[in-house]
Amino acid sequence: MSDLFEDYSVAAERTGAYDEMFAPRQAARPSYGHLAEALAGLDLADVSSRADSMARTFLDRGVTFDFAGEERPFPLDIVPRIIPADEWSVLERGVAQRVKALEAFLNDVYSKMALVSDGVVPRRLITTSQHFHRQVHGFEPAGGVRVHISGIDVVRDSAGTFRVLEDNVRVPSGVSYVLENRRAMAKGLPEAFSQQPIRPVEEYPRRLLAALRKTAPAGVDEPTIVVLTPGVFNSAYFEHTLLAGLMGVELVEGRDLICRGNRVYMRTTAGEQRVDVIYKRIDDDYLDPLQFRSDSMLGCPGLVNAARAGGVTIANAVGNGVADDKLVYSYVPDLIRYYLGEDPIIANVDTYRLEEDAAREEVLDRLAELVVKPVDGSGGKGLVIGPDASREELDTLRKRVIADPRGWIAQPVLQLSTVPTLSGDRFGPRHVDLRPFALNDGDDVWVLPGGLTRVALKEGSLIVNSSQGGGSKDTWVLAQSSDVPIEAEPRHSISIRERTSVWPVESNWRDRQAEQQQQ
Amino acid sequence: MLSRIAESLFWIGRYVERADGTARILDVHLERLNHLPASEQRTVAQELLGVMGSQSDKEDFRLTDLLQSLAYDRSHATSIAGSLGAARENARRARETVSSSLWECLNTTYYGLSQHRKDVVGTYRFCNWVLERTAMVRGLADTTMSHDEGWLFLVLGRSLERADMTARMLSTREVHTAGMSWVNMLRCAGAYESFLRTRRAAFDDRHAAEFLLMDRLFPRSIVYALRDADDALAKLDPSDTRVGFINDARRIVGQTRTFLEFHRTDDLMAELPEHMERVQRAVAQTSDAVSRKYFNRADEQAWVGEVS
Repeated sequence: MSDLFEDYSVAAERTGAYDEMFAPRQAARPSYGHLAEALAGLDLADVSSRADSMARTFLDRGVTFDFAGEERPFPLDIVPRIIPADEWSVLERGVAQRVKALEAFLNDVYSKMALVSDGVVPRRLITTSQHFHRQVHGFEPAGGVRVHISGIDVVRDSAGTFRVLEDNVRVPSGVSYVLENRRAMAKGLPEAFSQQPIRPVEEYPRRLLAALRKTAPAGVDEPTIVVLTPGVFNSAYFEHTLLAGLMGVELVEGRDLICRGNRVYMRTTAGEQRVDVIYKRIDDDYLDPLQFRSDSMLGCPGLVNAARAGGVTIANAVGNGVADDKLVYSYVPDLIRYYLGEDPIIANVDTYRLEEDAAREEVLDRLAELVVKPVDGSGGKGLVIGPDASREELDTLRKRVIADPRGWIAQPVLQLSTVPTLSGDRFGPRHVDLRPFALNDGDDVWVLPGGLTRVALKEGSLIVNSSQGGGSKDTWVLAQSSDVPIEAEPRHSISIRERTSVWPVESNWRDRQAEQQQQ
Repeated sequence: MLSRIAESLFWIGRYVERADGTARILDVHLERLNHLPASEQRTVAQELLGVMGSQSDKEDFRLTDLLQSLAYDRSHATSIAGSLGAARENARRARETVSSSLWECLNTTYYGLSQHRKDVVGTYRFCNWVLERTAMVRGLADTTMSHDEGWLFLVLGRSLERADMTARMLSTREVHTAGMSWVNMLRCAGAYESFLRTRRAAFDDRHAAEFLLMDRLFPRSIVYALRDADDALAKLDPSDTRVGFINDARRIVGQTRTFLEFHRTDDLMAELPEHMERVQRAVAQTSDAVSRKYFNRADEQAWVGEVS
């Protein structure tokens, strides 16, 4: 192994997190064996020039996200994150299970509310949720599916156990980077691909199209499908164009659509053409000015009525946000047991419900060591990291929690697992999360083998959000288990040496910003 | 296809061709301008700017200002950089429709815009680079996109702009002090060699003008470009095959073309600026007619902000 990994183990162990590539004082884990070999053949100049050319490719191809009006390439690190087959099979089943439970939950919430009468959750939980939309109560969506596309964020705790951090069943984004990262890696690190079967990701658009077609309104044989984007200034615009392009369907903006007689049409050079399925990438609030924000120009008036009348399928269904509510999240294990009669395959992160008196008492006592999040926040907004907060901030938080216990949850600070990441002249441990994507066509839930691994590029940081300096990694799901280590003995170059700590372990608790969703 | 996307493709065609045409005109005129004394340089530079559809109220208008206005000013689509920026922005909005190689070519061109020296020497290189890049864009559009409706809109935009640019170029002949020889004019249009092959060396100005105005085989001649536009329009509106109503765009293009084709060359030459202005006006009218027929959307939707 080249000296790019010198001292890596020391640094990795010091973070207190689970390292995906190296067990403490060990050679690379078996799943990383071939990758370690491939990297060992490279020197710094080689690795850097490959990394540069990958970044350049992204800029040329316009693989960017919009940050404050500026197009930026989404940084891709050259070391992939590898998930062995057996670990993936657990994740895959766990994600599918969760999606099925959330689907059943949303159906129930917008119809009978059996879960309330059966005492699974209090009625208040639903009715006080910010994204519970009465406008869509009492009707079955055309095609019968509510959660067509989902992104379930998972992290690995310091014991190496996967846990669900949050559910995204409104407009989860990031799948385009999964597709682009794989393309870039095949050019940037071709040596690493040849030794082992890595499950492909490129069938995603085809699967997505198939799922959307299958959920078209009844009686439509050849459905016209479109992707609805808020437009070129949206941070995920690149993704919208990529998905529409790869599915071969039109990418429309609200102004391209017209609703008439509970049908939706788009304006084309040959006149108006009916639209049957809309993959919406706009938040509910902006979708239909007749139902939601009347000042929104992004959507199209009449969409919700058309959907209610069964004239058009909207994916994901309007009103799904109630399932993203972080207090609802804390009940998902119960929902899995209630709707599916199964035990949850992936655990939640431990979560305090602040409405419960005992829990609130405890949290208020321990504010300085917990993460407190608003239940309807996104993009890390409003989140307070106890170890990082000043006394004043904690006092303000305390008042706000007491004033509105429904609005907050609390969780312990998690050490997200780390993966070696190129930084300057060597690899350093950087924290990652993972967003697997699932498609639901009404009969089956299919989980894309891989998902978006986001990485906090700043040393010690737990913020993986792209708008806050996060990057990403290609995520490799191995097709077969590789439990035979290719190198059995530990190497000295990565063994632990006694060294003065440069920063305290606690500092990793700083910058805790678990709210990584890009929504 | 979506009206909005069709409109984007039309404008990609126009902007890329405009960048190409402007680069050709700037390249050839720059050489002549350099020979002139400073005071004359100013007048001629401003006249050239006027012909290109732009103007400056700057009192002390210098050659560098001309370069800025025609080559590097990104805020106006009359400059090369502005056109290429606008083409790229349109491609970004129609990204799922243009081929990815075409999009990447426009995107990398856009990023390459800032990598040139903005003085006279740098501008020669810049113009050359622009000709290469736009040739690549055209090639990729023609070879990587289906020749369907979307491509036809691109070709339509390109042909109309080409007719317009050749007309502008011929007008610059009247930028009198810098009076271009017809030989240079032909070079400017990349037409010199094919002209020689057609005419051998036995030619005069009249033949050269004829060539640029109405050669039926040279792609940058006005008549050729207008016929290309007409072909694209005919394919876009196949209902127009028999006698009777022909859409506005086709009528304007057809009238302009036949006027040139059947007019006496001497008469055309005698009133060249007027005729060239007429061509430019026709292009603008055609563009409007295409907009009305294909791109028109209900104007900004209005609704009462009533939440039920």
